[in-house]
Amino acid sequence: MQNKFTRNVFFIPYALWIALFVIAPLLLILYYSFFDIEGNFSLINYRKFFTPVYLKMTLSSFWYAFLITLISLLVAYPTAYLLTKTKHKQLWLLLIIVPSWINLLLKAYAFIGIFGTYGVANSFLEVIGIGTQQILFTDFSFIFVSVYIFIPFMILPIFNALDELNPALVYAAKDLGASGWVTFHRVIFPLTIDGVKSGCQVVFIPALSLFMLTRLIAGNRVITLGTAIEQHFLVTQDWGMGSTIAVFLVIIMFLIMLVTGKRKRGV
Amino acid sequence: MKKLVQLFMAIVIVSVVLLAIISGLNSSEGYSGDNTLTIYNWGDYIDEELLSQFEEQTGIKVIYATFDSNEAMLTKIKQGGTTYDVAVPSEYTIDQMRKEHLLIPLDHSKLPNMKYIDERFMDLPFDPENKYSIPYFWGTVGIVYNPSMLDGKRITSWADLWDEDLRNQILLIDGAREVMGMGLNSLHYSLNDTNDAHLREAKEKLDTLTPNIKAIVGDESKLLLANEEAAVGLAWSGDASEIMYENEKLDYVVPKEGSNLWFDNMVIPKTAKNVEAAHQFINFMLDPKVAAQNTEYVSYSTPNKEALKYLPEEIVKDERFYPSPALTEKLEVYENLGKQNLARYNELFLEFKMHRK
Amino acid sequence: MRENLSPGSKLLLVVIFFILYAPIFYLIFYSFNSGGNMINFESFTLDWYRELFHDTRLLIIVLNTLVIALLSALISTIIGVIGALVIRDFRSRQAKNTILSLNNVLIVSPDVIIGASFLILFTMAGIKLGFYSVLLSHIAFSIPIVVLMVLPKLQEMSPTLIDAARDLGASRFDVVTKVILPYITPGIFAGFFMALTYSLDDFAVTFFVTGNGFSTLSVEIYSLARQGISLNINALSALLFVFTLVLVIVYYFITQRNKPSGMGVKR
Repeated sequence: MQNKFTRNVFFIPYALWIALFVIAPLLLILYYSFFDIEGNFSLINYRKFFTPVYLKMTLSSFWYAFLITLISLLVAYPTAYLLTKTKHKQLWLLLIIVPSWINLLLKAYAFIGIFGTYGVANSFLEVIGIGTQQILFTDFSFIFVSVYIFIPFMILPIFNALDELNPALVYAAKDLGASGWVTFHRVIFPLTIDGVKSGCQVVFIPALSLFMLTRLIAGNRVITLGTAIEQHFLVTQDWGMGSTIAVFLVIIMFLIMLVTGKRKRGV
Repeated sequence: MKKLVQLFMAIVIVSVVLLAIISGLNSSEGYSGDNTLTIYNWGDYIDEELLSQFEEQTGIKVIYATFDSNEAMLTKIKQGGTTYDVAVPSEYTIDQMRKEHLLIPLDHSKLPNMKYIDERFMDLPFDPENKYSIPYFWGTVGIVYNPSMLDGKRITSWADLWDEDLRNQILLIDGAREVMGMGLNSLHYSLNDTNDAHLREAKEKLDTLTPNIKAIVGDESKLLLANEEAAVGLAWSGDASEIMYENEKLDYVVPKEGSNLWFDNMVIPKTAKNVEAAHQFINFMLDPKVAAQNTEYVSYSTPNKEALKYLPEEIVKDERFYPSPALTEKLEVYENLGKQNLARYNELFLEFKMHRK
Repeated sequence: MRENLSPGSKLLLVVIFFILYAPIFYLIFYSFNSGGNMINFESFTLDWYRELFHDTRLLIIVLNTLVIALLSALISTIIGVIGALVIRDFRSRQAKNTILSLNNVLIVSPDVIIGASFLILFTMAGIKLGFYSVLLSHIAFSIPIVVLMVLPKLQEMSPTLIDAARDLGASRFDVVTKVILPYITPGIFAGFFMALTYSLDDFAVTFFVTGNGFSTLSVEIYSLARQGISLNINALSALLFVFTLVLVIVYYFITQRNKPSGMGVKR
């Protein structure tokens, strides 16, 4: 019984955190979502959410978040794999994280400069003969910069999973005559699926509610749920509608967790 | 395990040292004393030299805190929990703050320098008799454009923006009132129109502008225009003068259909602790020489008539930034339309943004 | 199993690192620009750096930012690790998923909502806005990322390892400190560095919960946007960046000397 007691004592800070900083704000959001802009109790926000404007927005948020996660994964997995093979792998890993400590707004301004009509990227395209393109304010630049922002979050868990991988298993597979692809598909990937999963979670979920970049890099050509919430909280002062969208975001997140949590782990 | 403990200990030690340095710096700078004045303003919206000058004159230590939008500032002041002695909101926010009792009335007897403010900027609808606010800077909303990128073509009206030659050349501001106002003005409706049919019409008119729009951006539009990333941009006059200083090819025009006249004003929020010092500060900023110096630094238009005498001729005589009373008569100040109408503006603006896809 | 990287793999890593650092070098390059913006390079100058050293206010803000980042990362790591340990012990899959979903709420919620609801909570609780409210919020929004980084490590740990330790007479405390923690150390480091990243990058939450003259670098940078970000912010970022880089490299090689095995490897 002693064990259980100490365990509960240790659990207190985390439980307190959940109660104060998760459940309380959640209830607050839920509460606000039932009030219209004049402060009267109503369900109008929920009705509004099911109008084409917001449904379209939800779909496009999903689509972009999906693309961002997919591309991040495609870039991050090989990178993480190669990093585990380098000599000073921990140092290289740290160096992947360091750029994310520079303020996001500053980096976004740098990208505006780089992708601009007279920027470095276009000078390069000019040199190799493609000619100046409109890069800024396109889907390409938006996804590129978003992936740039999220990539360390994807690499880290995958790196840790790969790093733990028992090399004996890989050798065994090779000895048994498995090709490179089969080894990867049947042995390496299933063993690192947990890392991949947590990487996807920390990218996909925040990508749904990106807002700063939609304006700075996409020039509001991309409107996500995050942009709308931002608007409602800071411009319209319609906290009710903002909260309603947030409620749906949280529900979506719960669903994603449910789906990814059910799958049985390999081995 | 040992490494974890080592790292954590190191962090604790470094943090304690840093905290000690911070408190040392704070007290040597006088921030922890009693006689302080907290100013809540837009970032870099004052000549900091003037703050030191004020500190020297009065012995009051100034703490300068910043915000990046009227609405965010309003939320902070409404919730309380922090002290702001002087804030600088825009006019439509002042109307809202006044109605929500978030402001302390000004004691005009403590503000003798008020007399230097131009008559036409006093006693405006958002604050009758200037009970709560004194203008800090003012300006217009208009179009910045680059004639050299448009084969020397001049823009004079909102209608000119629909010209087919401007395909993918226009930068808009990410503000519902500004963009919807542009649509309304181009149809010769008022900026403060609340008639739903008119608003719809304005939104549909804006939809037809879509092919010409390159992006809807925020403050970064200044950078983009100065760098000739786009030929035309919707802009506040203060920003416009800054961009034109960066790139001399640019020009600014207040469209002839009419536009918006805006004010940023000094107020004393109800959260103020040092009301006496707040009055001293407002009066200090109204001093003509001080106002002139601040204007040169910030490069927006000053409402201080007396300060104009201390400013270079070419600034004061520039009709684009100091339009004549005849012109300002025609411009409209944003009214606080109430939450319901504002929500309608934002909804339509959101739909307009989605239309781009 | 340290194979030599093929030239193609090396190229991939070089490209990734180049892209990650490109915007930062761009920022640093323009910090030497005598023209006032990040687009047109006029001529070389050190004025922006000189200006920095006379700005005590900015110095205080930088130090504030560092202290908040370090302390919040530290405390959230501790609470997060405990949380992960407890979540692992949950027998029922459903309970586990519920807790995990609650854990993720703060990751999915847009910053504005977190900021606004924390602001309401703090004012309701009568906490004075300033250092402590900012610290508390940063701890709060960093905990979930720590849990997400640590949990995969815990899950892939085989239970037999713990049972073996128990059978050998280890107390619960010993099991945690001598068996579990060393095993999940890479996850803890990952969590710590992610928490640091979150804290350094955050603007919206800090903006809402700060007050009484306390400010951090991102709040300062975002509020400068209306007037245009002055290049002394670039200069500041350049200095901080170089400082961090040196710190990371020195730290790495010190730990290398003490432990030839490197920090990610089990011992």
